[in-house]
Amino acid sequence: MKLKELESCLQQVDGFEEPKILLEQYPTGPHIAGCMLYTIHNTFNDIENKLVADLGCGCGVLSIGAAVLDAGLCVGFDIDSDALDIFKRNVEEFELPNIDMVQCDICSIGSLYAKKFDTVIMNPPFGTKHNQGIDMQFLKTALSMSKGAVYSLHKTSTRDHIQKKASDWKVKMEVIAELRYDLPASYKFHKKKSVDIQVDFIRFSPT
Amino acid sequence: MKLLTHNMLTSHVKGVTNGYPLLIKATEVKVNEVEFNPQFVSRMIPKLEWSALIHAAEGLGYRQDLPSTPVSNYENNDDFLHKVHRVLLEVEVIEGTLQCPESGREFPITRGVPNMLLNEDES
Repeated sequence: MKLKELESCLQQVDGFEEPKILLEQYPTGPHIAGCMLYTIHNTFNDIENKLVADLGCGCGVLSIGAAVLDAGLCVGFDIDSDALDIFKRNVEEFELPNIDMVQCDICSIGSLYAKKFDTVIMNPPFGTKHNQGIDMQFLKTALSMSKGAVYSLHKTSTRDHIQKKASDWKVKMEVIAELRYDLPASYKFHKKKSVDIQVDFIRFSPT
Repeated sequence: MKLLTHNMLTSHVKGVTNGYPLLIKATEVKVNEVEFNPQFVSRMIPKLEWSALIHAAEGLGYRQDLPSTPVSNYENNDDFLHKVHRVLLEVEVIEGTLQCPESGREFPITRGVPNMLLNEDES
């Protein structure tokens, strides 16, 4: 599948109806999701026939993309039942049989799923809204769940911090791309129509 | 919820030391056709908690005649892989609960999604 096809397919995924500020429910746009998945699939072959987890899956754009690219099974994890309802609807519309979902709090699952998954993909909350450090909690959980690589998005401004954590945890960290995350004004406190934030698309792998 | 997902789920209620496997009490089960992928199924078999899978399948009435340990040489046994494929990916619990074997805490499954969230005093 070409990147353009994947992107236009992901354009049909419905997003949040009433995004919740505390959960940082920013949508992962089809362009960013497409770029991530296309690279994970084509460069690293970490999707096809793999058992994939999507942490903080929200309405499921990354999971749906992974399923379209023939993951053996992709399991989406999210705390919010409203987001999972929309995800469910999306899955039904796409008629994808290789997706499952679990409602849970990523921050409380610790090492329950130790090394159960082949690959973990995620667009975690960046930890800017009263929940500082949540991005690193997601990353720690993701690393414990994956036998192979973890693919994630993080604010470029936090790269040094993440690099330090990655060495503490003895994982290899590779910035695959710097992306501009075009954040549409989802909330009332956003004064501008949209804001661009710099994010790193990072691959973490066991050393 | 597919049984492959169930095979990985554990109860983590505070104080519970062995929250696995969760007992499935299903009120609605569906079988959805999924394209057969022998490589994926073969690769999953050694990673599974086999007895938990068989127990879950049995409880839902889909054990077929799957043995209590995986057959040897399963990679080349299409019939066996088809049966495993069916229980791992095609059988889905739509409504019901999952019960923690130690605390008895029940986690609801609604429209196919298990809710593993804990109350504040449980975590």
